[in-house]
Amino acid sequence: MERVDYDKYLRTSRIPHIWCPGCGHGIAMKSILRAVDHAGWTKENTVWVSGIGCSGRITGYVDFNTLHTTHGRAIAFATGIKLANPKLNVVVVTGDGDGTAIGGNHLIHAARRNLDITVVLLNNNIYGMTGGQCSPTTPQGAKATTAPYGNMERPFDIAGVVAACGGNFVARGTVYHVNELEKLMRQAFLKHGFSFIEVMSPCPTAFGRRNKMKNAIVMMEDLKERSVSVKKAKDLTDEEREDKIVNGVLLDRDKAEYTDLYRQLIEQLRGS
Amino acid sequence: MGTEDKSVPRLLTGNEAVALAAIEAGARFFAGYPITPSSEIAETLSRELPKVGGVFIQMEDEIAAMSAIIGASLAGARTLTATSGPGFSLKQEAIGYACETEVPCVVVNVMRGGPSTGMPTLPAQGDVMQAKWGTHGDHPAIVLCPERIDDAWELTIRAFNIAEKFRTPVILLLDEIVGHLTEKLVLPLKKQPKLFDLPQNVSKEGYLPYRFDGEYPPPLIPVGQGVPYHVTGLLHDETGFPTNDPDLAERNARWLVDKVENHKDELADVELDEVDGCDILVFAYGGCARSARGAVRMAREKGLKVGLFKPRTLWPFPEKELQEAAKTAKRVVVAEMNLGQMAHEVEWALGRSIPVELHSKLGGEPILPTEILATIEGRD
Ligand SMILES: Cc1ncc(C[n+]2csc(CCOP(=O)(O)OP(=O)(O)O)c2C)c(N)n1
Ligand code: SF4
Repeated sequence: MERVDYDKYLRTSRIPHIWCPGCGHGIAMKSILRAVDHAGWTKENTVWVSGIGCSGRITGYVDFNTLHTTHGRAIAFATGIKLANPKLNVVVVTGDGDGTAIGGNHLIHAARRNLDITVVLLNNNIYGMTGGQCSPTTPQGAKATTAPYGNMERPFDIAGVVAACGGNFVARGTVYHVNELEKLMRQAFLKHGFSFIEVMSPCPTAFGRRNKMKNAIVMMEDLKERSVSVKKAKDLTDEEREDKIVNGVLLDRDKAEYTDLYRQLIEQLRGS
Repeated sequence: MGTEDKSVPRLLTGNEAVALAAIEAGARFFAGYPITPSSEIAETLSRELPKVGGVFIQMEDEIAAMSAIIGASLAGARTLTATSGPGFSLKQEAIGYACETEVPCVVVNVMRGGPSTGMPTLPAQGDVMQAKWGTHGDHPAIVLCPERIDDAWELTIRAFNIAEKFRTPVILLLDEIVGHLTEKLVLPLKKQPKLFDLPQNVSKEGYLPYRFDGEYPPPLIPVGQGVPYHVTGLLHDETGFPTNDPDLAERNARWLVDKVENHKDELADVELDEVDGCDILVFAYGGCARSARGAVRMAREKGLKVGLFKPRTLWPFPEKELQEAAKTAKRVVVAEMNLGQMAHEVEWALGRSIPVELHSKLGGEPILPTEILATIEGRD
């Protein structure tokens, strides 16, 4: 792992952060910063956009132009920023509730358009900030404050959904596998076109405690045990794959990017 | 019809006038979602914006469209979106975000009949209060309302000027009558509005994006220029970071409203017609003002002393101007296509000192001049 001077990128005066001990979001934030550093993105050319949730608070801590927007809409705000100034690098940080429930529509459409932004979705399978309600990625049978008898709904495979919608790069990693996560992040941040990375990030407070995982260490072990690579997952039956976390690159291609197409249209109309 | 040959008289609908005036005002980004009776604004801009290097995008819904124009505005573009009732409802949360984060933008709402899906192709003026109070919490509201095509042109440019100067969303409230009616536009207008020039060379040193103590907000340095400030919909201090300090939070909330209310005189914009010494004052705006003009003319032919008060800025409400115009009036007649949203405001502004009679009509048919005349004559 590369050594990165994190203080260069952090608003140290805004720390301590609000996250609980054992929350995965801090590890994810460091991973993103390493990828930004590796891509050579700077304060002059990079904007971070987040929605609402514990995940959304990341934008308060990184020393860039940062937007903490409304619940679920970060990608829509990011779309405006990128189209108005395509030279900017745009990072979106969202949560599983923020990005797949209220903001799910914006996610699939941004992927479909193949707009050159990088979306990092921190999936803790729960609504953390509001105290542990069910999210669209809460596993079937898991307990939540709004699923006291166990969740009846089937969860999204959100990386799979995004890969089906379009975009140029889709991957999944976990905060347990930080080295691998860093590699995936680097690819995501360097990719031209829409890139999406789902990061499994434990929430001991709102998810673990209710689901027989009494602390962060147990949750980390769970991430380790349930993870399989994309390659290995191919050999599993649907049933075997059911509660696995499939890590790695799910989509990697180079379809035409939206702002490039729009620029070409402008040039064509203006005859230059 | 393009953006060229500006001096040649043109036939334009209200919607087209808004779209082309927006380009004239320097708008270079539009995000929207199709909805009758506003879609021609999106259609015109999808054709015209790329010709001037601007960007049009049809988003997946109105919430996305509103969010996108705020993002684009923060990235330095002059931006607008256009919609009608159901879409205007969807945009409200993000409009509040633009108020709180002090991001300039223009939101066009071409009113149709409501509530709900209402009467998509027919006019109404039922969103007058929503334009002021649609989003939650105390917040500023600046709402402009045109009656004619030249009005629509001028107020569109004015909307962008005000949005930039006050760093707040400005609502341009048309009704289906004005949106779809075709009229001649001759440029330059008699009252051709000047474009507001943003102060240049704003110092990046010690930049406070959210100063609460100025006359107007400090100009926004767009994102991506090396000034790494934070933007949040949480109540915040002058740096932009969230605060739980009750004094700071209150100063933030008050500032948003005060920066507008302190400039009521500057924002007031009314058209008066023979209000001096009038016995009866007719109050009408938007498409209804067209019928009111006819009614007033007929009443005068009958020897009645009738004045017309047409606000072009609906919010902040021009109460001082109204009080002045109604000085000699014994009655005020308000004609509007809703159940009295403005009539209540008129009554309040005049301190209930003069009887205010409402001529209202729902159902999608415009109010006829003869109908307003009947109310003026006290016949209905
Ligand atoms: C429109 C709207 N609805 C609901 C909320 C309340 N709310 C705040 S955060 C949140 C859930 C966030 O969950 P998630 O995206 O999973 O992020 P986490 O906190 O788990 O990181 C909700 C529902 C809100 N702020 N805005
Ligand atoms: S509630 Fe969960 S997601 Fe939120 S900070 Fe605590 S551990 Fe993290």
